[in-house]
Amino acid sequence: MNVKELTDKLELTICSGEQGLTHEIKGGYISDLLSDVMGNAKEGQVWITLQTHKNIMAIASLKEVAAIILVKSRKPEQDTAEVSNDEQIPILSTPLDTFEIAGRLYKLIGD
Amino acid sequence: MEFNFNIEGGNFSHAGAASSEVKKVLKQLNVDVSLIKRIVVALYEAEVNVVAHAYEGMMKVVLSSDFIEVTITDRGPGIPDISLAMKEGYSTASPQVREMGFGAGMGLPNIKKNCDKLEIVSKVNEGTTVKMTTFFS
Ligand SMILES: Nc1ncnc2c1ncn2[C@@H]1O[C@H](COP(=O)(O)OP(=O)(O)OP(=O)(O)O)[C@@H](O)[C@H]1O
Ligand SMILES: [Mg+2]
Repeated sequence: MNVKELTDKLELTICSGEQGLTHEIKGGYISDLLSDVMGNAKEGQVWITLQTHKNIMAIASLKEVAAIILVKSRKPEQDTAEVSNDEQIPILSTPLDTFEIAGRLYKLIGD
Repeated sequence: MEFNFNIEGGNFSHAGAASSEVKKVLKQLNVDVSLIKRIVVALYEAEVNVVAHAYEGMMKVVLSSDFIEVTITDRGPGIPDISLAMKEGYSTASPQVREMGFGAGMGLPNIKKNCDKLEIVSKVNEGTTVKMTTFFS
């Protein structure tokens, strides 16, 4: 499944990085601790977090994640969105909390 | 080949910039992708430690056909007890830095896991030098 299909299925809002919607999704990772993500997330995963500042993009880009999902209707800060556009890594947003969106993501792509 | 990058203490909006430049160079040189992944984790964590804990620093990258050696030297408070700092979960990060999601105390353990050789030398009230070496074969 690619990021665009995921966006449709989970009714996510596309905040930025639209050019990366074709990225293929290879799994998911959830953490708000940046060095946990740095150490354990893998290329092509969708990263679910509540952090919205620019450093999430440094990590997303170095780790080459497929996309970021922000929970509870959070939106990226302006400079975060700019890097997301430059790096072509989409930032998506959901009104759901981490538990709910993780469950739905797992149903779609888990196992 | 040798490259040098400045690292600004306290400036989180540039954190990761030097690591990202090194990643580009390694990709251009066709270094093995899984090695690049490891190197990038170690570099980023060491770079962010200067931003989070020190005043200013330098990243020096030496590339040969067999290895990459990265030395990050900073002017800063230094690390009084390095073996304690290496423990997963140990952090002196400020509440503001923690709020951003830093300060899990996982940076140094990540570095250790993701390079072949790690040397840390530190002097309290002067600064810290972190030297990471990864071999290409
Ligand atoms: N360059 C440095 N200068 C001064 N102290 C440092 C430096 N690097 C690490 N430390 C000390 O070692 C501790 C552990 O570092 P480590 O990178 O493992 O965790 P952290 O930076 O606190 O959190 P995280 O890396 O998980 O965001 C730091 O909290 C700090 O006290
Ligand atoms: Mg750290």
